[in-house]
Amino acid sequence: MKRTEILDFIKSEFHSEPFTAKELATDQDVRWCPGCGDYSILKQVQTVIPSLNIPREKIVFVSGIGCSSRFPYYLNTYGIHSIHGRAPAIATGLKTARPDLNVWIVTGDGDALSIGGNHFIHLLRRNVDVKVLLFNNEIYGLTKGQYSPTSTPGQITKSTPMGAVDHPFNPIALSLGADASFVARTMDRDPKHQQAVLMKAGEHTGTALVEIYQNCNVYNDGAFFIYTDKETKPLETIFVEHGQPLVFGENHDKGIALKDGKPMVVNMNEESFSINDLWVHDEHDAYKAFVLSRMFDDPSVENHFPRPFGVFYSHDRPTYNDQVHEQLAHAKTMYGEGDLDALIQGNQTWTVA
Amino acid sequence: MTATKELIEINDVVIRFAGDSGDGIQLIGNEFSLATSLMQNDLATFPDFPAEIRAPVGTLPGVSGFQIHFGSHEIHTPGDDCDVLVVMNAAALKKNIANLKKGGTIIANEDGFDAKNLRLAGYADDANPLESQVVEGFKLYIIPINKLIKEGLKSLGLGTKEQDRSKNMFVLGLICWMYDRSIHPIMDFIEKKFAKNPQIHDANVKALRIGYNYGDTAEIFVNRFEVKPAPMKLGTYRGITGNQAVAYGLVAASVKSGIPLFYGSYPITPASDILHELAKLKNFGAITFQAEDEIAAISSAIGASYGGSLGVTASSGPGIDLKSEAMGLAMMLELPLVIIDVQRAGPSTGMPTKTEQSDLLLAMFGRHGEAPVPVIAAQSPADCFEGIYEATRIAIEHMTPVIFLSDGYLSSSTEPWKFPLSENLREIKPKYALPKTADDQKYQPYKRDENLVREWALPGVHGFENRIGGIEKEDVTGNISYDPINHEKMVQIRAQKVANIAHHIPEQRLDSGSEKGKILVLGWGSTFGTIKTACDVIRSEGIEVSHAQLRYINPFPSNLGELLSGFEHVLIPENNSGQLAMLIRSRYMINTLSLNKIQGLPFTVSEITNKIKSILNPGK
Repeated sequence: MKRTEILDFIKSEFHSEPFTAKELATDQDVRWCPGCGDYSILKQVQTVIPSLNIPREKIVFVSGIGCSSRFPYYLNTYGIHSIHGRAPAIATGLKTARPDLNVWIVTGDGDALSIGGNHFIHLLRRNVDVKVLLFNNEIYGLTKGQYSPTSTPGQITKSTPMGAVDHPFNPIALSLGADASFVARTMDRDPKHQQAVLMKAGEHTGTALVEIYQNCNVYNDGAFFIYTDKETKPLETIFVEHGQPLVFGENHDKGIALKDGKPMVVNMNEESFSINDLWVHDEHDAYKAFVLSRMFDDPSVENHFPRPFGVFYSHDRPTYNDQVHEQLAHAKTMYGEGDLDALIQGNQTWTVA
Repeated sequence: MTATKELIEINDVVIRFAGDSGDGIQLIGNEFSLATSLMQNDLATFPDFPAEIRAPVGTLPGVSGFQIHFGSHEIHTPGDDCDVLVVMNAAALKKNIANLKKGGTIIANEDGFDAKNLRLAGYADDANPLESQVVEGFKLYIIPINKLIKEGLKSLGLGTKEQDRSKNMFVLGLICWMYDRSIHPIMDFIEKKFAKNPQIHDANVKALRIGYNYGDTAEIFVNRFEVKPAPMKLGTYRGITGNQAVAYGLVAASVKSGIPLFYGSYPITPASDILHELAKLKNFGAITFQAEDEIAAISSAIGASYGGSLGVTASSGPGIDLKSEAMGLAMMLELPLVIIDVQRAGPSTGMPTKTEQSDLLLAMFGRHGEAPVPVIAAQSPADCFEGIYEATRIAIEHMTPVIFLSDGYLSSSTEPWKFPLSENLREIKPKYALPKTADDQKYQPYKRDENLVREWALPGVHGFENRIGGIEKEDVTGNISYDPINHEKMVQIRAQKVANIAHHIPEQRLDSGSEKGKILVLGWGSTFGTIKTACDVIRSEGIEVSHAQLRYINPFPSNLGELLSGFEHVLIPENNSGQLAMLIRSRYMINTLSLNKIQGLPFTVSEITNKIKSILNPGK
């Protein structure tokens, strides 16, 4: 059987039946620490994927190295567990070579933003049609507790006994800066929100970056609890939705307004403000997405902004893989299907007879 | 004035063109090579250009050279010293005069020897070397090329700068006249190259003609030379460089195997031309991906191979270093992958435009853990086609990354190539996991055949969903395993798989000489032509010598040990400090003798003949 015949077979004859979340699981023991946020993400991915209506055999999960990168072993799809930081490059090659496949990258803050930082930004700028799940736990877990490029300033870790002096990455701002066509943030402890965001990412054509706040209960426990704990969530968290005003607070009485291009927190209980004064989220607006991404304050600072969750930006632009294949098709139209003998012969020959 | 100057027949000649890197030396070198090919001479060329794209004009670092050796007999090297040295300026003379044979010919552009040029080349102002003992003992022709061009192109209304740019065509025309080559193919070339710029087109054609006619009419040349066609094997030929041959070989392997080519690469000297060639071949379905770095280049190729494409990456030493970790991954995944190393003089940045064979041990061992990878080397520019085709065949049929070694010298040198017909190329048989219409059998990613080769499952096939990775895996299933005995077993299996390839490659043959004797010269890679010529020279002096050139370095051909044992001495010439010698000594426990040259230049024939003689006659 030739490759083309196998590909024809893939195209035509035999597809998996629709499958359930349970069928998406493998027989491998899941080996994350008990209580790890990764379990929730695995569950939500297993829940969302079947509803994307993609044959299971067309899906490939690619990961690098880190706790999160064990992910492909737990999904009954095709998968590659590769090397540290390189999943975006591997996925780029795979998707470009096989645009018919549905490719996901699972990565962490160390994998994507430190050792693989270069591949990460270039993936986004090229807009390869792959989905990126960036598990951000602000720590190195697999190597047992060193600070990461998203750790907060002053964070005490094994490698920073006196506190980290590094300034951290803002992954959303970084992704927008790299011209990602889909940028979103969600968190492990909010399954419903996670599912909604994953669904949108899954439906996006182009690179979809989803930053997922993920709790490392062993080395950085509670890093994001203020965004989910009952007492703190209302004032620390704002969920953005396309076409909706930016509202937060216990009684939905606070909001974000844009004044002179800058965001400000307003209290709608005060007479001078109503819901009509609020910033209405437009996920197609790149300028506003940047402003929103800057709402990244240290929560211990007075008068800080709530942290936004949801889709920051979504925009359709040509994908790398599509454009590559358009060029191949165009070349065939212009020059005809490649003729190997003509190529080898060239246009200057001589004969010894 | 006479148009019938005496035509003297000669067997071969070495001409070296040298000038400033902006003088178009490489271009006239290539065009002269083509004109020479069409005269059916055998030939070999050696472009020798500076690392700087445009070093300061007129300086020594800015000198670009192109040497061509052609003749009416077999030619395997670009020649040691040259018979004719063409210099466009004083720096070019200073840099190359040491490589001109005694009694050789200098053709100098007088206008490149003004006070400024003399100063830039480091000659004292009042000491024009053309008027000093520097040129004593040589035949000297001084021609005011700029002036002649200026006069001849007057009617075209070009600026001085544009006029001067055509001076390389004058030289080309003149040398074509001297060696009786037709200038028509060059005119065809100019026609194409400057189709959109008629003024420049006219200037180049005119300059070419002026040069040709100058030889004919000027009273300074007494005769011209004829080099008869070489008795080459019957067939149709073309000229080709090593990098071109690599690109075509990859496309050929892609077409023959039915596997689309994915070429992930990051620009680096001297490998970039492969990328340029392949980028033009999109109608073959070849994808070229210019990656953000060397690591992404190989990683993308691994991803493509996982998807069922022919993943290929290329680089030179510094980039190969960066790819090491990913090579280990590909070895662990057991996917087809071709890694091309166009070696250059290292370490570190080293001398990027200069050749060396110093990455052999890197190719063999440059990965952590025990990660064996087949290593294949090309012997000549045209042989890069067969070499890369074979590397690709092994990668696909044995599900393994393969390292293909070329080098700076092969990459840009040209030689005639009796090219094959595609129908005569060896079949390449991928080992796919074949889809079945029922889920009757689970796909086991690391189940193996008698050669220990696993099956290649293309993603998209229902029922073959599988997860593979760089983490140690259980035999057969591919599941993660930290079992100590399993790990040892897997390390041994992966080594044996590569060792088994020895059963699927040809036995080592001698290129020349008898199977037993006093001395065998054992080479690998681009030293082929020089060693071959050196052995011919030695034999012509009545001394027995044998020559073998290795294409397969890992695994070695199965008969190599026996072959080596037939000789009292095994001499290994290498452009490194003795890397093949180290492999041969450790593998076969024999003494070897080394000849090492690490100057960024290929061996000369005399370096090798002298060494052979010194071994056979140690007293002299």
